Amino acid sequence: MTATTNAPPTRKRSHGEQAAPPEKRRSLGDLKVAMIFLAPATLGFVVFYIWPTLRGAYLSFTEYSLLSAPKFNGLANYERMVQDSFFWNALVVTVEYVVINIGVQTVLAVAIAMVMYRLTQSITVRAIILAPYLVANVVVALVWYWMLDFQVGIVNQGLGWLGIDPVAFFGDSHWAIPTVAGINVWRHMGYTALLVFAGLQMIPKYVYEAAEVDGSSEWKTFWRITLPLLRPVLVMVLVVTMIGSFQIFDTIAVTTQGGPINATRVIYFYIYERAFTRFDFGYASAMALVLFAILAIVSLVQLRLLRAKESDLA
Amino acid sequence: MRRMSVGRTVCWVLLFVLLIVTLFPFYWMLRTAFSDNTQLPGHPSSLLPVETTLGAFKRVLGLATIEEAQAQGGSGAAVNFWLYLRNSLVVATVTTICQVFFSAMAAYAFARLRWPGRDKVFAVFLAALMVPPIFTTLPNFVLIKNLGLLNSFAGIILPGAFMTPFAIFFLRQFFLGINRELEEAAMIDGAGHRKIFFGLIIPMSAAPIATLAILTYINSWNDYFWPLLVGQQENVRVLTVALGVFRSQTPQGGPDWAGLMAATLIAALPMIILFLAFAKRITNSIGFSGIK
Repeated sequence: MTATTNAPPTRKRSHGEQAAPPEKRRSLGDLKVAMIFLAPATLGFVVFYIWPTLRGAYLSFTEYSLLSAPKFNGLANYERMVQDSFFWNALVVTVEYVVINIGVQTVLAVAIAMVMYRLTQSITVRAIILAPYLVANVVVALVWYWMLDFQVGIVNQGLGWLGIDPVAFFGDSHWAIPTVAGINVWRHMGYTALLVFAGLQMIPKYVYEAAEVDGSSEWKTFWRITLPLLRPVLVMVLVVTMIGSFQIFDTIAVTTQGGPINATRVIYFYIYERAFTRFDFGYASAMALVLFAILAIVSLVQLRLLRAKESDLA
Repeated sequence: MRRMSVGRTVCWVLLFVLLIVTLFPFYWMLRTAFSDNTQLPGHPSSLLPVETTLGAFKRVLGLATIEEAQAQGGSGAAVNFWLYLRNSLVVATVTTICQVFFSAMAAYAFARLRWPGRDKVFAVFLAALMVPPIFTTLPNFVLIKNLGLLNSFAGIILPGAFMTPFAIFFLRQFFLGINRELEEAAMIDGAGHRKIFFGLIIPMSAAPIATLAILTYINSWNDYFWPLLVGQQENVRVLTVALGVFRSQTPQGGPDWAGLMAATLIAALPMIILFLAFAKRITNSIGFSGIK
């Protein structure tokens, strides 16, 4: 289902394979065949993953405008970053986005998954809630851009009926980030709910039966049994969605473009602007490296804090 | 045991609300796309299309003259979503075929062949899942630029054509589960690895390969960032990028909402159809792709 649950059987299986009847005669032959089968993937891997990773690290220590060769300038980019108020603003805005997005999305996804688990296993319901995840970010962004329009958007019409003044969802610097976060919650909550749902299905029935025999209330069962048993899945979901969430770009690019007054200039968008509209490639690479480090730390901390590999089901 | 309690009723209501919230934007896109743009502001909350017309689609598909388009609130700039549709089809199709095929070959080497260092090499491939795309995107752009492949299909397609760590991981899981005796029987019959791969492993894994292909197609179709960087020119511009351009061209005073929604519908429709056709397969794969 997820990496946590998949990894152990996989490893066991491959060990089992090696323990199968030895065919030493074939092992060298297999190496040759393996090299042929691996050749295209390895080419792509080296050229578009390994090499750019190394080159990106190098470029972060250079001044590079894409026009002439990169010029090594030591830690200058990093020193500049420390003093760049736009960089810090971008980080703050990104964190604000991630907190709102992940917070709302995770709570909703667990709630949706619980409701589905208890009420219906219908594949149609599951398919419908997944639908927003399958259309492009850009499409989602534009549809909501239209629905949330200040003048004629249907959402503000609805608010009008309720006697609420129209909200400039994208134009008001207080609302812009929550709005973008909300749009992405809409797109991702069904997907996240299905991941949690898959986790719920793995909790053995007898645990619930035991709880029922003990007279545990529904609410208590959820907090004392379901949630703890769900923890490994939740950690995986959190790590995956949070890493994705830090890289918000498409929605911003087609709606606010970083505005109003930098309110939505998230780190990904700032890196893009530096690299491709100011041709400040070295500096952009340095910021990308910092983002890389942040993501690595975030996922490590999450895995540690929540002891992902242990299950409470001993 | 479970009777129709108040709690359950509330849950059903919540589920119903959720489905409405999920589906309404799709309906609103449809409703707006079939509306007359000049009439739209007068009836912002009409549930049915305002003055139902195909005008927006004609405008977006380049079937209306510039004057007609401007009269209906369009920007007058030439747009031709047929071309972008073709470009998206080319990019998504070639990427999917190449990526799935080469990843399947690699997965075969990792799952069915025995060679020294196999698990270590596999771990290195998997580790690449950790590197955030933005970090490799910048140098990849430099590479594509140096190769002179900016604004070419090759430039858009190449980075994704050979593999993704996820695709290899996904297929390897299924290949591992295939019974070894079948393979050995085929070998005794004199089949080589090529024959086993094409004649045995691939047919036996048709379902997971199809699932992966569908997911890859959707991802590739929806991708925005990379084609935005590499494929700006008309002749290779894909739908997502075209939508961004179209949005920035619509006049700020009275945007061409009907046209914009017609364009988003054109961009989303193939994925909606793909989804309707394979909903069950895609939905069932979600638990698995949690690794992504």
